[in-house]
Amino acid sequence: MSRIIDRTAAELAADIREGRLTSVEVTTAFLDRIAAVDGTVKAFLHVDREGALATAAEVDAAVAAGQDLGPLAGVPIAVKDVVVTKGLPTTAASKILEGWIPPYDATITERIKAAKMPILGKTNMDEFAMGSSTEYSAFFKTVNPWDTGRIPGGSGGGSAAAVAAKMAPLAIGTDTGGSIRQPGAVTGTFGAKPTYGSNSRYGLIAFSSSLDTPGPVSRNALDGALLHEVISGYDPRDSTAIDAPVPPVVEAAKTGANGDLSGLKLGVVKEFESSYDKAEPGVVEAYRAGVEQLVKLGAEIVEVSCPSFTYALPTYYLIAPSEASSNLARYDGVRYGLRAGDDGQHSLEEVMSLTREAGFGPEVKRRIILGTYALSAGYVDAFYGKAQLVRTLIKQDFEKAFEQVDAIISPTTPFIAFKFGERTGDPYQMYLADLYTIPTNLYGGPGVSVPVGLSEGMPVGLQVMGPVMGDDITYRVAAALESTQDTLLADTAPEISANLRLTAFDEKGK
Amino acid sequence: MTKLNDYDKAVETYEPVLGLETHIELDTHTKMFCGCSTVFGAEPNTQTCPVCLALPGALPVANKAAIEATIKIGLALNCHIAEWTRFARKNYFYPDMPKNFQTSQYEEPLCENGYVDVVVDGKEYRIEIERVHLEEDTGKTLHVGGATGRIHGATESLVDYNRAGIPLVEIVTRPVPGTGALAPEVARAYTAELRDIVRSLGVSDVRMEQGSLRCDVNLSLNLPGEEWGTRTETKNVNSLRSVERAVRYEVRRQSALLDAGERIFQETRHFQETTGETRAGRSKEEATDYRYFPEPDLAVMEPSREWVEELRAGLPELPRKRRERLQAEWALGDKEMQSVVNADAVELIQATVDAGTSPSGAVKWWLGELSRRANESGEELAALAITPKQVAELQGMVDDGRLNDKLARQVIDGVLAGEGDPADVAAKRGLEVVSDTGALEAAVDEAIAANPAVADKIRGGTHAAAGVLIGAVMKATKGQADAGTVRQIILDKLS
Repeated sequence: MSRIIDRTAAELAADIREGRLTSVEVTTAFLDRIAAVDGTVKAFLHVDREGALATAAEVDAAVAAGQDLGPLAGVPIAVKDVVVTKGLPTTAASKILEGWIPPYDATITERIKAAKMPILGKTNMDEFAMGSSTEYSAFFKTVNPWDTGRIPGGSGGGSAAAVAAKMAPLAIGTDTGGSIRQPGAVTGTFGAKPTYGSNSRYGLIAFSSSLDTPGPVSRNALDGALLHEVISGYDPRDSTAIDAPVPPVVEAAKTGANGDLSGLKLGVVKEFESSYDKAEPGVVEAYRAGVEQLVKLGAEIVEVSCPSFTYALPTYYLIAPSEASSNLARYDGVRYGLRAGDDGQHSLEEVMSLTREAGFGPEVKRRIILGTYALSAGYVDAFYGKAQLVRTLIKQDFEKAFEQVDAIISPTTPFIAFKFGERTGDPYQMYLADLYTIPTNLYGGPGVSVPVGLSEGMPVGLQVMGPVMGDDITYRVAAALESTQDTLLADTAPEISANLRLTAFDEKGK
Repeated sequence: MTKLNDYDKAVETYEPVLGLETHIELDTHTKMFCGCSTVFGAEPNTQTCPVCLALPGALPVANKAAIEATIKIGLALNCHIAEWTRFARKNYFYPDMPKNFQTSQYEEPLCENGYVDVVVDGKEYRIEIERVHLEEDTGKTLHVGGATGRIHGATESLVDYNRAGIPLVEIVTRPVPGTGALAPEVARAYTAELRDIVRSLGVSDVRMEQGSLRCDVNLSLNLPGEEWGTRTETKNVNSLRSVERAVRYEVRRQSALLDAGERIFQETRHFQETTGETRAGRSKEEATDYRYFPEPDLAVMEPSREWVEELRAGLPELPRKRRERLQAEWALGDKEMQSVVNADAVELIQATVDAGTSPSGAVKWWLGELSRRANESGEELAALAITPKQVAELQGMVDDGRLNDKLARQVIDGVLAGEGDPADVAAKRGLEVVSDTGALEAAVDEAIAANPAVADKIRGGTHAAAGVLIGAVMKATKGQADAGTVRQIILDKLS
């Protein structure tokens, strides 16, 4: 029998439900794993051993009493630190929220708790989810378990690294421009950005309200789907929530695992195809091999044209910072979090200013300035207004494409995990990480990243994009692709040891 | 020292252009975007939650009752109700605004293009409504430790977020030219009419003194035939009387500046209740860029035409209609009814009539003695410390012959001084009409004995001479006799 931490969430849930393992045993195994290797990986900002074990004990008592607690009861989970958790520190990896203990739970936190899943802790991320490498965490960098000299992706690098290093079987991520999918791709894990509005944003620390979407991070599509169904569904506290049944993703993942995609039309985007010469050749190669596998499973590949995708990146970098500049205005030192300069010598306005100067990191400041500019009188029509128009065109591109195909596929990100510091000098080089994931956010549809192969020994992800509320098709294709792999890619990661040499970066925090 | 022109001289030279922005707090049970209570006067920060405190992650959900109330206001103001409308964020930093943006509406207000007609001095003015939109109120900041209660010199600022997020409706007029010297009265009449309309809808208690109806008065002056001048916006105008005073003051101030060849700055000014002045606030020219953009956290609103028509059909009798009905019921002439409206006495008279008084009795007190008292003290009629019920009681005592008009006025003194209801005041002050005929007859006999010549005249049939004897009796009884009764006794004795 394999180690507890090697098992999938679906297996662990069955083990607990059927009494082969207790939730306390399972939770302890992951907590011990965190204790052993997180000194190296640094995926967690906060670990809640006591809280997790308390929930696990409740589950065990309920199981012993013969109660049926639901599909993932007792399976522990890590939660990205952008999701509000009552009584547990929540910082969005920002100094400005250091020490803040939320008095309430996000809707998805409530659902995780209702599903009786022990929360292991809160995971590291780029500050306020702004970044593609987790290097912009205000506290410390997280390493890629495949190569500790490389980034784990971002913004949800902590959640992806926690799952890749088997410190958690499942994690919650949030995806505004690719923050679930790109870390998934570069750490060899599965990540899904659900349809916008199908998962509540209530209690998600806002970055860009019209784009932010919480979703599952896991080792395979079925585990992701199980978590997806736990957290998904209409929430009256989110005005943008869709009041419709959750797409049957678990069923789709099981169907996909049968390895039959016959009759399915998969689109490849002409405008992406012609840009692959600018992506890393190894990534494109792994992707093309994956496409071949899908064809072998019976899928038909159809080229679709999405001319506006070319403008997706600049469009995103006008809309997201604009919304962020307003969403982050509340961090002013008046009601909670950091307050700087309150010494009786500074005016109120100066205190706000000093608080924000000290509390926000460089990327957050860059985006606040960018967004403030894009919304300013005299510029708003040319920047924010124009970006909204292009966003509509991108939606129309998707809608037209989905008249022809069932799903669209692409590489998740143009390059494998890069080395620390490689792209922090040039924001644009960092932004390119989300080149293929951003269109889906602007459209609002679902997208998943599933491991497809290796390049230079590092994982590569394949992205499956679906129509709005067509999340099930993305899971089906992802699970089918997994069925072609003898061993789950996530299971082939090099073993992390507690003694692993730390790579050269500034050690702060833990 | 601010130079002021004589008002009459100012409006001979310049033509004022008015504009009014009114904020009305709706009296929904819960706030605009969360489930917190809206009850006025609770302990600070007890009516708050993650949403109205803008805790990280919290999201707004729009209050349907507030949307419905706004549509009703729009319909009552003859507006078009938008088929498609949304909220927008108005971004600026202020500590009593938790999100540092106000959720408001920008280019797509819920209601547009309406009007209100008001009559001043027999002339009808149509005030065009540009827009009616829905937004949220801010919290309240209290500056402590300083001498003035203002931020300057304060050692601490305390914020109460109970009011943050209470639904607020903003009603904006188009510029109103052509009112001439009557600009202050037109501004007042519009505000009163708006208040009455909203009150009749039952969507707000529209109490200016509690801040549930707040006015900003825009005013500019121009020479006849020339373009409109630069306007100032006067905030903090919180009574009907203040609306009038603020307009009057700005006309006097701006005309003095223009006469001196100076320019008017487009600025926000604040009305000073105590002095009737307006004082400069922040200048609009260096004002914040609000960076409006559509609120991404809230779904767009598409009020169905069925819903709008249902609300239209359910509108109550509006004030203008009601006034026409009451005028007929009270049998008042146009001029008299206009005086009632101008004095803001419709509700007071109606309540007095409801308490059992004849319309003429109610009108007499409110337009007569009580209006005089209000003018003397510079208060609104409704702010006088006497209720319609007390006025009805007073008139009842007059009707019963227990008080005469002179005594009744003394009773009013007592009621206004807080001595209790009219009956209590009359008892405490000993202000009952002497109805003991024995005592009166004795007083009459004394008066006859003291004025034999007058008595002879009356015996001779000159009844008008009785006035002298009545006066003597009244003097003897310190006014506490009923003049009619005295007259009857005199005539009985001398014929």
